[in-house]
Amino acid sequence: MTTETSPLQAPPLPSRWERLRDSYLLYSFKRDPIAQLSLLVFIVFVTGAVLAPWLAPMNPYDLAQIDILASELPPFWIEGSDPAYMMGTDAQGRDLLSTILYGARVSLIIGFGAVALQALLGVVFGLMAGYLGGRIDAFLMRLADIQLSFSTLMVAIVVGALVKAIFGGATFSSYAVPLLVLIIGLAEWPQYARTVRASVLAEKGKEYVDAARTMGLPSRRIMFRHILPNTLSPIFVISTVQVANAIISEAALSFLGLGMPETHPSLGSLIKSGFDYIQSGSWWITLIPGAVLVVLVLVINLLGDWLRDVLNPRLYKG
Amino acid sequence: MSLLEVNQLDVRFALRHGDVRALRDVSFTLDRGERLGIVGESGAGKSVAAFSLLNLIAKPGYIAGGSIRFDGQELIGMRDRTLRRVRGNRISMIFQDPMMTLNPVLSIGEQMVECLKAHRRIGRREARAIALRKLEQVHIPSPEARLDQYPHELSGGMRQRVIIAIALLLDPDIIIADEPTTALDVTIQAEIMDLLLELCEKHNVGLILITHDLGVVSQVTQRMLVMYAGRVIEQGPTREIINDPQHPYTQGLMNALPQMATPGSRLNQIPGSMPSLDNLPSGCAFHPRCGFTRRPDGSERTACRTQVPEFVASGNCQAACHMVAEMLDQERIPAQETTR
Amino acid sequence: MTDTASHARRTPSRSDTGKDKPLLEIRGLEKRFSLSGDFLEQLKFKGGKLVREQVHVHAINGVDLEIQRGEALCVVGESGCGKSTVARTVMGLLHPSAGEIHYAGQRIDDLSTQALMPYRRRMQMIFQNPYASLNPRMTIQQTLEEPIRLHHPDWSRQQIRDQVDEVMASVGIAADWGTRYGHEFSGGQRQRIAIARALAVDPEFIVADEPISALDVSIQAQVLNLLMDARRDRNLTYLFITHDLAVVEHFGTRVAVMYLGRVCEVAPTATLFATPRHPYTQALMSAIPRLEDERPQHIRLEGEVPTPVHLPSGCVFHARCPHANARCRQEIPRLIAREDGSRVACHGVEEGRID
Repeated sequence: MTTETSPLQAPPLPSRWERLRDSYLLYSFKRDPIAQLSLLVFIVFVTGAVLAPWLAPMNPYDLAQIDILASELPPFWIEGSDPAYMMGTDAQGRDLLSTILYGARVSLIIGFGAVALQALLGVVFGLMAGYLGGRIDAFLMRLADIQLSFSTLMVAIVVGALVKAIFGGATFSSYAVPLLVLIIGLAEWPQYARTVRASVLAEKGKEYVDAARTMGLPSRRIMFRHILPNTLSPIFVISTVQVANAIISEAALSFLGLGMPETHPSLGSLIKSGFDYIQSGSWWITLIPGAVLVVLVLVINLLGDWLRDVLNPRLYKG
Repeated sequence: MSLLEVNQLDVRFALRHGDVRALRDVSFTLDRGERLGIVGESGAGKSVAAFSLLNLIAKPGYIAGGSIRFDGQELIGMRDRTLRRVRGNRISMIFQDPMMTLNPVLSIGEQMVECLKAHRRIGRREARAIALRKLEQVHIPSPEARLDQYPHELSGGMRQRVIIAIALLLDPDIIIADEPTTALDVTIQAEIMDLLLELCEKHNVGLILITHDLGVVSQVTQRMLVMYAGRVIEQGPTREIINDPQHPYTQGLMNALPQMATPGSRLNQIPGSMPSLDNLPSGCAFHPRCGFTRRPDGSERTACRTQVPEFVASGNCQAACHMVAEMLDQERIPAQETTR
Repeated sequence: MTDTASHARRTPSRSDTGKDKPLLEIRGLEKRFSLSGDFLEQLKFKGGKLVREQVHVHAINGVDLEIQRGEALCVVGESGCGKSTVARTVMGLLHPSAGEIHYAGQRIDDLSTQALMPYRRRMQMIFQNPYASLNPRMTIQQTLEEPIRLHHPDWSRQQIRDQVDEVMASVGIAADWGTRYGHEFSGGQRQRIAIARALAVDPEFIVADEPISALDVSIQAQVLNLLMDARRDRNLTYLFITHDLAVVEHFGTRVAVMYLGRVCEVAPTATLFATPRHPYTQALMSAIPRLEDERPQHIRLEGEVPTPVHLPSGCVFHARCPHANARCRQEIPRLIAREDGSRVACHGVEEGRID
């Protein structure tokens, strides 16, 4: 038995790439065709949306490019279609493919923007409620309960109606995107706050938090430097679901006429604008953007499911 | 023929980087009424050994080879239904955490009656009577009242007694106890060990006790196996191993105990830590931590690095160690010369 | 240590230098935990009236201990006896319900966060579970630098790095561990890192809460050696919480045995192991599984450890004690000093009924 004078051997240090290659995340992704397909579709959507100004055959916002005579043309596989408009045109003669690309862009911007706001509010409130506890916890969680008892739509209707009444429809239209981000963001932060609070409570009981406290670190640093990074997994998981939810909320609001104006359509307002023409036979104006919306939300949800399975600490001990 | 014969048991875990061998060449026997201890640190494979005896290895683990014969029957490859008749019925198991076995929403009595009715054709009343008798056997005060209590109403020690009573329900031939007292306090641990000892002797039940605690093994068992990195490295009568361990690892384990040093002085530590099973050192898995890889004259014993040691008999014990083998050889040669 | 000067007003005689004064003094410490939730949940209807009802767990009920400089005081007892609560209260992780904690003559349990800072440096804690005590998202280097940076805001990067290197070397870990994360290491290696974190700010007093219980036997010896080396090299004082009497016998200079939130016996280690006085201590000692004896003769304790919710009257041990009489059931025994340097809280020992 030797007395230990030389330092212990450490295992060889893997590079960042090796770490990713060996990670459980990548491993399970490689074995899950649904997740692969979902990610592929999602990436197609995102690139389409981001590159819309370059990809789209025409700019649907530019009135000069719109030909009213080419309205209600069917998509390419139906007789009477025009090869210039692959997906057909809507009632105003806008190319449907271009409108969908631009619409998806608006929907994704609102979806991600709203979720960023939700996450910011929810994480800060959830951390405070979970770590500080006591009265702050009780107050914030009751606030969350109250917030949740108003549905998103109700908040949106009230705020939207108020803004329209006070500033007029034109102002509302030009500020529709930030307003929708604000409305959906404010309406759904409690989801985040509750998730974060639950995982903060779990982390708070662990000894590394006690160690940080005995060290004398200020609460703010313990919350953000020690606890927050360890609650990221559930935040990621809930974020995917929330993006899908926000996109649906936006579509619903636009469908009700409280969201994006038809001159600047999102997927929701596209569906709405075509709705009147379903009876007259021009079903594609509604159904194609509708299908796009469904697929977009579905792939985000599928990715979220996969992520939850992978990051679930009960299934996978990290 | 022994009641239980385990031969060359080989258990692997199919992981994404390939198979990890959790157990290699594990062989041992257990006679009726015998008490065997399996000792090792975490990662040594002692729990895997216990679980594989009942084919309870969870995926991705699987038994890759070897044989487990119980009462003349081969358990490996046995159909699930037949195996279930052995498991629980003739071999029962006690786990470290009582709450793993006890269902929190059923009363103690209901659980015991369920268990009996699953294995035997008996009525409710009769089953309850047996349950009561078993609770008396494990010295639970006011057993009648306990039957209608729920697990959370009992203390840790009482729960472990109930578990033992459940294990005894079907009058098994062997009880496998996996760290049965690790979660308990010393005074309770002592009581539970006394109880196990008493039951084994009274009912002639075989016991396989899996533990990391050498003190417990030395008090309860008659024979013991020491495991390291998935292999048995020393086996023999408990008293002889405790009094005179042959394998350097066993020696190190004993010498590391605070009882073995004068208070306040440094303990004799084994340097390093147990290797992970997917990255075992070549040759003897213990050689990087071993203080005897060099001969007394300073020359290196290369076999330690290159060759997996075989068991050599030293008295009633067997140790898998090149150093022990070499020393035995040296003793034998002069002995032969003098007889000539 | 000049940081304490700002509190000199409260302690006119700076006892920091006094060698006779204990380094840590715990007086009449009590800690209760409420089981009844928040205010609304405490309201209950009883006999037609709305009453507020609170149920408490009495984790510690009047603990008096002092630790002299250079000592290693071990606190032993079974789970639920309150030994960990004592450690956590001393470290300020819990606020005592009653009683006082003095460190180097200064009362510290009622200090503000700011005023407590210098003591946070001088007192450090080592935790039981090395798998939970390191932040999984921080590298070892970050983990070790954090306390130094906090307590020495004026140090340069180089000074901090030197200090980290020094402390890593002293616990036997290589400098290239710094860029890694805790989960890459085994339990024993993690516990070394946790010890390094505690030593990084040059403390004089270490509270160790079951620091080796979660480790394997061969690793326990390594960590225990490390703690003993640190004690010798850095002149540390320990409050060591454990349930393992073998470790106590080896490590402790003095032992306090706790049962149900009370101290039942305090004695120098050798005295306690040679002549345990309190009936509970005797039972505890007889239960240690020894390698030597084949057929152990345990002192069997009757009954169960009572719950700390409804404390028994009189001596907390009376329900399980073979020597209990009427007085034991009524009167709470106090710690009484004996000539061999031990103090025992037992009527039977005091009266000479038990030897």
